[in-house]
Amino acid sequence: MGTFSDTNAAPLSRAEAKVMNRSDLTRRLKALLKNDEAVIGGIGHTNFDLWAAGHRPQNFYMLGSMGLATAIGLGVALGQPQRRVVALDGDGSLLMQLGTLGTVQASGVKNLIIIIWDNGSYQITGSQPTLTEAGVDLVQTARGLGLQQSLWVRDETDFEAQVTRALTQDGPWLLGVRTDDQPPAGVTDRDPAQIRDRFMRGLGVKGEWGSGTGASY
Amino acid sequence: MTTDTAAGWEDRLIASFKRNDVRLIAYVPDKVLAKLIRKLQADSFFTVLNPSREEEAVSIVAGAWIAGLRGIALMQTSGFATLPNVLASLPLPYQIPVLMLVSERGTLGDHQLGQVMVCRTLRPILNCLNIENHSLETVEDVEFIADKTMQQAFSTQAPAALIISPKLFAR
Repeated sequence: MGTFSDTNAAPLSRAEAKVMNRSDLTRRLKALLKNDEAVIGGIGHTNFDLWAAGHRPQNFYMLGSMGLATAIGLGVALGQPQRRVVALDGDGSLLMQLGTLGTVQASGVKNLIIIIWDNGSYQITGSQPTLTEAGVDLVQTARGLGLQQSLWVRDETDFEAQVTRALTQDGPWLLGVRTDDQPPAGVTDRDPAQIRDRFMRGLGVKGEWGSGTGASY
Repeated sequence: MTTDTAAGWEDRLIASFKRNDVRLIAYVPDKVLAKLIRKLQADSFFTVLNPSREEEAVSIVAGAWIAGLRGIALMQTSGFATLPNVLASLPLPYQIPVLMLVSERGTLGDHQLGQVMVCRTLRPILNCLNIENHSLETVEDVEFIADKTMQQAFSTQAPAALIISPKLFAR
C-alpha cells in the first residue's frame, strides 16, 4: 500500500477529519474534473450542491431512490469502463444500502469513486441525527465490505489531493468527508427525462440533438 | 433465427438476450433461476453481478443503460415486492428501459404462505405503475414474448417485466 499511504501515513479516524462545507467541496470537485467524468448526485442536498456548482453534461441528478447513487454509478462504470465515474451521496443515503459497497467490490470495477458527505444528519427532513452520530464509521464499514481504498479526508487540501489521486489511480475509491449543517447553494431543476437525456448525450451514448443519431440505440 | 426446438426455456431466453444485445445480468438468486444463472455465468457474452438487493439490481441496470450498456435484473416474486419506490423514482420518471425477469413463486402448488401472499402483489404493482408485463408459460412462446418485450422496452424507453410462470418451470 505504498502509494496509498503517501498522503495519509496513518489512516484518519472520523473524529480527526475536519468538518467542511459541502457546497465549497462540490465546487472544488468540479474544478478537478477535466476528462468528462460522469457524476451521479444522490438525492437531496447532495445533488442540489452538484447543480449549484454549475451544470455539466455528464451530471446525473437523482430524485427519490434514496441510497442508490452508488448502484447507478456502478452501472455507469460498467457501461463505460474507460471513463471515471463519481458517485456523490450522503451518510443517511449510504446507510440505506450498505450492501452496495460489497457489490462494487465484487464487480471488479476500477473506475468508480464514491464520495460520502457525512454531516451526521438527515438535513433535508429536519436534521434528525443519523447513525453516524451514534458511532457508525462509514469508512471502516466500507473497508469491512471490501473497499480497501476507503479513507477519511483530513481537510480541503487533502480533499483535492485524494480526489486527484482517485481520478488517476485504479479504484474503486471511497472518500469519507465530514460536512457541516449549512444549507445547499441552490436547487436542482427537477426534470428527470431531460436530466437523463442530457446525461446520455454528455456521455456520447446519443449524439447532439438534431444530429440524426438520437434515436434509441 | 430462433433456437432449436429441443432447447429449454433457459437457452431460449439466453438466445433472446443475445439477439437484443442484453449483456449485463444483475441477479438476486432464486432456485427457479439457478440453471439460467449458471448458464449466464458460463457465457463470456454476459457480465454477471450478484447485488445484495433487488433495488440495487434495478439501479445498476438503469445506470448501465444510460451509459450505453443493456442489462436485465433477475429476481423472484418476493424480491420484486421490494421495488415500487425505486421503479417509481428511477426507471419510470427518467424513462429508462430497465428489464426485469421475475420467477413467479407463491402460486400453482407453492407450500410457503409468505410466498403465496406476496405473489398476489406482483401483477397489481406492475399494472398500477403501468409497466408492461408478460408471463412466459410455454417454452414455444418464450423467444417471441421475450424478443418483443425487449424491443418495445428499448424503443419506447420504458421498463418491462417478464414473469416466469410455474406453467413453464413446474410441469
